[in-house]
Amino acid sequence: MNIDSAVTAAFTARDYKSDVKPVWCPGCGDYTVLSSITKALAELALPPEDVAVISGIGCSSRIPAYLNSYGFHGVHGRSLALATGLKLSRPDLTVLVTGGDGDGFSIGGNHFLHACRRNVDMTYIVMDNRVYGMTKGQPSPTTEPDWDNALSPGGTGLRPFNPLVIALASGANFIARGFSGDPSGTAKLITEAIQTPGFSFVEVLSPCVTFRPDQRDWKKIVRPAPVVPTEDIGQAARRLMTDDGFNLGVLFSGKREPYKLASHKDEGDMASLEKQFAISRGIL
Amino acid sequence: MLHANQFTNSVNVAITGSGGAGVITAGTMLLEAAAKAGWYGLFTRSSGPQIRGGEAAAMIRLGKKPVAAPGDNFDILIAIDWHNIERFASELPLTQDSLVIADPAQGDIPLVIASSGARILEIPLKDLAKTIKKGRQNMIAFGAIAALIGLDEDVVDTVMKRLLAKRGKEALTASREAVVVGGQKIREAGFALAVQVLADEGADRWLLSGNEAAGLGALRGGVRFVAAYPITPATELLEWMAHNLPTMGGALVQAEDELASINMIIGASYGGTPALTATSGPGLALMTESFGLAVASEVPIIVVNVMRGGPSTGIPTKSEQTDLNIALFGLHGDAPHLVIAPNCVGDCVFSTQWAVSLAEATQTPAIVLSDQLLGQSKVIIDPPADLAFVSRRVSANDISEGYQRYGVSGSGVSSMAIPGTPHGQYTADGLEHDEKGHPSSQDKDHTAQLEKRSAKLDNYDFGSHWADIEGMGPLAIICWGSTTATVREAQARLSGQGLDFKLISPRLLAPARPNEMARALKGVERVLTIELSHSAQFHHYLKGYFDISCPLQSYHRPGPLPFRVAEICDVITKWSAQ
Repeated sequence: MNIDSAVTAAFTARDYKSDVKPVWCPGCGDYTVLSSITKALAELALPPEDVAVISGIGCSSRIPAYLNSYGFHGVHGRSLALATGLKLSRPDLTVLVTGGDGDGFSIGGNHFLHACRRNVDMTYIVMDNRVYGMTKGQPSPTTEPDWDNALSPGGTGLRPFNPLVIALASGANFIARGFSGDPSGTAKLITEAIQTPGFSFVEVLSPCVTFRPDQRDWKKIVRPAPVVPTEDIGQAARRLMTDDGFNLGVLFSGKREPYKLASHKDEGDMASLEKQFAISRGIL
Repeated sequence: MLHANQFTNSVNVAITGSGGAGVITAGTMLLEAAAKAGWYGLFTRSSGPQIRGGEAAAMIRLGKKPVAAPGDNFDILIAIDWHNIERFASELPLTQDSLVIADPAQGDIPLVIASSGARILEIPLKDLAKTIKKGRQNMIAFGAIAALIGLDEDVVDTVMKRLLAKRGKEALTASREAVVVGGQKIREAGFALAVQVLADEGADRWLLSGNEAAGLGALRGGVRFVAAYPITPATELLEWMAHNLPTMGGALVQAEDELASINMIIGASYGGTPALTATSGPGLALMTESFGLAVASEVPIIVVNVMRGGPSTGIPTKSEQTDLNIALFGLHGDAPHLVIAPNCVGDCVFSTQWAVSLAEATQTPAIVLSDQLLGQSKVIIDPPADLAFVSRRVSANDISEGYQRYGVSGSGVSSMAIPGTPHGQYTADGLEHDEKGHPSSQDKDHTAQLEKRSAKLDNYDFGSHWADIEGMGPLAIICWGSTTATVREAQARLSGQGLDFKLISPRLLAPARPNEMARALKGVERVLTIELSHSAQFHHYLKGYFDISCPLQSYHRPGPLPFRVAEICDVITKWSAQ
């Protein structure tokens, strides 16, 4: 029996928190999403050095700095691509991607489609507050069409993007919705997302109390999804297409094999590789 | 009797025809057979914008000595047909000494060709091909050129067997017959080349393209992850990597766009795996934001940019040296980075390997500026030496409490913890940060980190590889990239006529090396810059960032026509007489 590993395997949520103070407003939903992530990592007893959390730009994308894991706070919209490169070259790491609805579904929309399609083994947590908070209140792809704002006076008039349906149609292997007001429930969803092989997508409704004070009412609307999780893609599609956006829980959990690169064999030698260029003289 | 090029003992051959006529196949066979017979060579190709069915030209220059630049004129032009010839006749300079082989069944010799005064030899390629079961005109053309050059029949046969192995016995038999028929026609006409290289048992040569050479250099340098989005004329580099990386324990992933490919390699390199992508102008433009992220977060990556005509979609299949400005200045903010330019096809191996080494050692992203003329040309060369750089990134293995990823040190290079290393956890960030990597908008952190990032390059000893400097004299030519090989040949030719000059070709374009340049220019009284750019980007860079005290003039013009040695000789002769 290895006593050392038994001792080091025990972690608490605190072990995953850094000493950097968040830039978020008081009452922001992202605080509890942060603690849900640390709870999930502790539950899974993952050594902090074996976890990498990747993000783009936006309020929620600040999360890596608040964690004691490895992290990368990159450019706007490209977190999934960066995480894909990391996970494919370092399959031994647990890779999480965090961000917001603007980062993930607008500027990063194409990467979202292809990350679902590629189904690399990682977990994508989107804190959806239906607004660009960092730039002080512009509509995002998930914003209601009639939400009045300075950039689109009177509202965008556009039908909101449905990220869960898109994720399902694009091939994500695990789809869940959480609510920041339910940190334990969200921690459980994140734990299950990490444990499920392939690309796991967790949308967390996370109110922006500053620019969307109306979202304080979300706590009255959300409910556990009144259905058991399904692995049937047709059933999941029907549920998600008719969903009002406030059903919480695992909404799809599939069995697709994660994408891996066919490599990581032993390194060959350059000399034999370079023979392809040699032209022997004469008729030999 | 046909005389080979009087200056260089080289022979310059073009095979033209419409797409599907097999000119590239014939050209490839000719190049490989010539290599086996002991020739050096350069194969450049020209193709129209059509995916299939457009016009194509295989242009092959063979020499007794290494050839790295396109020849002045074509000694032999063999046209399988005249389809769209007016579109690329300007790429096929002919003189009255040239020999044009044409099929009378394809109609009269077009005026753009006939006006050169070149000698004409008619061979009925189409009718002859019909006499052979499954006979093809391109193989008759290949047989004719092989006979003109005097390639050993057994060598030709060995190459055909290898290249046609997949097409079956019938195709090989038909091709063999066609080659014999083509050769007979040349012998009947009484043509033979004045200069011949006899097959010998000398050391093996290499045959490879610039894109393959850059891929090889990257592998030699330790690159083990590639993210790929296809773009002309860089795709072959990525395809070569897709096949060859796995044998070295690496892997390639196809990305959804260039924004993804550069971020994927940043992710892989952050994880400790040296990583590369390849692209061309439009892709480089998309990548520049994230390239700046690699600067700020100090993640080494390699972007090989194979230049084509620009701006916008420009001329995707043809060469120009006009991504220099975006490579040097495309980033927002003060963002020191590396720009390295190979100066001939063979040098793509060394320059890319060196770029990987510099990037890893300085934890700084690098752009390798190749171009279509280098990337898509094939050469027969002596095997390039492996310089075996062993500069690796400084990684942190045994870390105690208080690790500072971006700690300010004398050299500017701080140790980089690789994920998985206990106590090394940090967040790499595009936001300005303090020594620990925590976001900071304070002036002292901004200044300290800006200085750290530029110190990494300022303090690095780039040694003599920063430029190739050749020759002596009070006159100097400064050029870069694919123009170098042409100027180098002009230097040898003019020296034979009593006109000597110094050639300076910087391989390291960023960071600028003004002190080294000043030393190289000691004793030089006048400088001429030569580049393939309408706006003289390189000339303006030299004027702005280098301390050149003597008169500096420029010869520059846009692509897509490559510089030819005679053109450069003419320019330098006139300039020297001023």
